[in-house]
Amino acid sequence: MYGLLTWTWTRAAAQYPVSMALLALSTAVFSALDAAAIALLFTRADRIAGFGVDEVLFLYGTSALSFTLSDILLGNTERLGHHVREGTLDVVLVRPVSPLVQIAAEEFSPRRFGKLIPAVAVLAVALARADVAWTPGRAAMVPLMVTCGAVIFGALWVLAAAVQLVLVESHGATKTLTYGGAFLTQYPMTMFARDFVRTATFVVPLAFVNWQPALYVLGRPDPLGLPGAARFASPAVAAALCAVAAAAWRTGLRHYRSTGS
Amino acid sequence: MGVLPWVWWYGFRRHLAYPMGSLAEALTNTAFGFMRAYILLALWEARPSLGGYDATDAVTFCFLTQALIEPVRVFGGMDLTQRVRTGDVAIDLHRPVGLQSWWLADDLGRAAGSLALRGAPPLVAGALVFGLRGPGPAGLAAFAAATLLGVLVSFGLRYLVALGTFWLHDERGLQSVTMVLSLFFSGMVLPLVVLPGRLGTLAHALPWAAQLQVPADVFLGRLTGADLAAALAFQAGWAAVLLAAGAALTGAARRRLVIHGG
Repeated sequence: MYGLLTWTWTRAAAQYPVSMALLALSTAVFSALDAAAIALLFTRADRIAGFGVDEVLFLYGTSALSFTLSDILLGNTERLGHHVREGTLDVVLVRPVSPLVQIAAEEFSPRRFGKLIPAVAVLAVALARADVAWTPGRAAMVPLMVTCGAVIFGALWVLAAAVQLVLVESHGATKTLTYGGAFLTQYPMTMFARDFVRTATFVVPLAFVNWQPALYVLGRPDPLGLPGAARFASPAVAAALCAVAAAAWRTGLRHYRSTGS
Repeated sequence: MGVLPWVWWYGFRRHLAYPMGSLAEALTNTAFGFMRAYILLALWEARPSLGGYDATDAVTFCFLTQALIEPVRVFGGMDLTQRVRTGDVAIDLHRPVGLQSWWLADDLGRAAGSLALRGAPPLVAGALVFGLRGPGPAGLAAFAAATLLGVLVSFGLRYLVALGTFWLHDERGLQSVTMVLSLFFSGMVLPLVVLPGRLGTLAHALPWAAQLQVPADVFLGRLTGADLAAALAFQAGWAAVLLAAGAALTGAARRRLVIHGG
C-alpha cells in the first residue's frame, strides 16, 4: 500500500518537470552543504577536537545515510500537525489504511532520493580514506550502524508526529529532535560539552546512531568512559526506542480530538 | 494615511498571532545555535583569531544568526508564490497600490513580528551560557539599520523568486535552489570569515552577505566610521538593484498572467 501511494505521488510530481529536476538537484546540493561545511572547516585546521577530516566525514556519511533513509520513508510525518489544524486528519482516519502509512506517503516526491547521493558518495570516500585497521567485525559494523541509525531516526520521526497529535504547534520544536539530531550526529561528540553528550546518550539516544559504533570502528576511547558493550548497544537501543515511539503514537491517536472543522 | 502602513500593521499582527508556534521554532533555533557554537569553539581552539574573530565573536555570530534566521528569511519563501499558483494574485493586482510595494509592506511587518518573537530566545540563551559580545547604543542603531537593509535585500531576492512562479507555475524548484545559495552565502552554514581565499572574497560580494554577515559584523562592532558606511552602502546598493529588477519584472509578470487568463 505504501508503494502504491508513493508511486501515485511520484507521477503527480512529474507533471512539473523543470521544477522536479531542480528540486532533485537542489535537494542533493542542500544535503551536501553540511559535508562542504565540514570540508571547509578542515581547510582551516588539520584536527578539530582530536578528529581528522576523514573520521568526521565518516560520521557525516553514516549519519546522513541513516537520516536520509528514515526521511525518505517517514519524513513526511512532520506535516501531521498541519492535518490536525486543518481537520483533514479525520478523512485520513476513516480510510481503511494505517494513518501512519497515509501520512508518510503523502506528497511523496522522488526528489528525496537526491539526498542519498551526497550521503553515499561521502561515506564511500571516507571509508576508502579513513585510517582503520579493518577486521570482519568492524566491516560488518558499518552496514549495521547505518541500519540501526535509520531505525532510531525513524522512531524519532514517529515520536515527533505523536507529540504533534497532542500539541499542534509543536512542530517547530520537534525539529530539534529530527533535523537537530541529524546535524548533531555529523560531528564527533568530543566537540560538545559533557552534559550535552550525556543528554544525547541517555535522554535522546542519538549517540547510538553512529557515535558509539564509530568509536568501535575507528578504535577510539569513549570520552564519557562508558563500558565497551555500549558500542554494540545500537540494535537494542533502536528496538527500545521503536517500542516507545509505537506506544506514543497509539496513545496520541487514541487521545486525538478533531478540531470539528 | 495611505494603505501601506496598514498592510505593514496587519503583516506584523499576523506574525504575532501564534506565539507558541514561534517560541517552538525559536527553541529549535536555540538548539542549533548551541550545536554550531560548540563546533565553532572547537575550530577556534585549533585556530584562535581565525578571520579576525575571537572565540566570543564566533559564538555571538552563531546565536545572532539563529535569531535573525526568520526575520531575514534565510530559508526563503513568501506567501505570494502560493497566491500565484492558486490565481489569488489576480486580486492583488487589482489593489490600488503596486504588487511589489504591497508585498514589501507586508514583508516588513512580518520581519518586525518575527524579530519580536524569535529574536530574543537564542540571544538570551547564548548570553546566559557563553556570554556574548553586544554593541553599545550607537552600535545598536547601526545594527538596526543594517538589519533593515538586510530584510530589504532578502525581500528583493525572494520577490524575484516569487515572480518566477508566473513562468514556472511550480515555485518549489527555483525556491530550493535559491535557498541553498542563501544558506551558504549568507553565512548561515559557516561565518563567511571562515571561507578561504577567493571563495571568501566572492561570498562577501554577493547579495546574500547583506542578509546576515553584514548585520552580524555591525553587531560585533567590527565596522566603524568609513567601513560602516561602506558596508551599509553595499547593502543599500544591492537592495536598490534587486528592488528595481523586481519592479521591472512585475510588469512582465502582469502581462504573462493575462495570457493565462488568471
